[in-house]
Amino acid sequence: MAAAVGEGVVLAGTVAHMEADAEEAQRLATEARDRIRFEEDALALSDQVYRVARHLASSREDADELMQETYARAFRSWRSFQPGTNMRAWLLRILTNLNIDRGRRQQRAPQMQPLEANDYFLYDRLSEDGDGVSDEDRVVERLSQDDIVTALSAVPHDFRDVIVLVDLGDFSYADAAQILDIPVGTVMSRLHRGRRILKRELAESALEEAT
Amino acid sequence: MNDPCAHCEEMMQPYMDHILTDEEMAQAEAHLARCEYCRKRYKFEQSLRIYVRKAATEQMPAELRQKLAALRIPLE
Repeated sequence: MAAAVGEGVVLAGTVAHMEADAEEAQRLATEARDRIRFEEDALALSDQVYRVARHLASSREDADELMQETYARAFRSWRSFQPGTNMRAWLLRILTNLNIDRGRRQQRAPQMQPLEANDYFLYDRLSEDGDGVSDEDRVVERLSQDDIVTALSAVPHDFRDVIVLVDLGDFSYADAAQILDIPVGTVMSRLHRGRRILKRELAESALEEAT
Repeated sequence: MNDPCAHCEEMMQPYMDHILTDEEMAQAEAHLARCEYCRKRYKFEQSLRIYVRKAATEQMPAELRQKLAALRIPLE
């Protein structure tokens, strides 16, 4: 009788152990599945992340490296992503922090920026230089793709970052504020001035071509 | 350029971003309806934004796509 009770205890212990193992195996399987899903979702967003990263970075090579560092870090710290939140913004937050860590932001807050042109300035400049064509869609075509890429890269980082996130990446002001860790009001004012600086740069490149 | 146009110019970016109040929006639209000078410049701004976006969009290189996929952590 005593032996039977003893065997029962041992058996119960073994069963409990097996259940614990099965639970652990189940937990690991669930975690592996979640991680694979996370990695696939992150990779599916890589085109959209690159579109923004390309202009947050100073060159194509920098963008390439930043993307790899970002994804390596994201894959390592996938557990800190909260499912159901904006993964593209989460990835870009990592990328922006890495960009800052790498000391690629030498241009600081633009206290010394020359006064940018007003908003109508670029149109006035382009339509003056033109042949009298007044179709606004055609006026814009006086700018080449190179003009635009060069002008964008000439905009100081602090302003360019918000233009790139909002105008190219379609992020809301709130998302851009979170990614860059700045107040929403700062996003708005940098966007306003940044677009004007961009137009000033575009007007300058259009002027150079005309002369 | 008279003052209503200067005001309209100030409103252009917020207008395009849809962040004006209803009242400001109505004011801007009323001005645009009667002012060809501003209307042309608003239309240009709209085209410019689309154009900048198109011009600045670069496809991710296929090689980079492969490099990113290779960074995945293998299952144990």
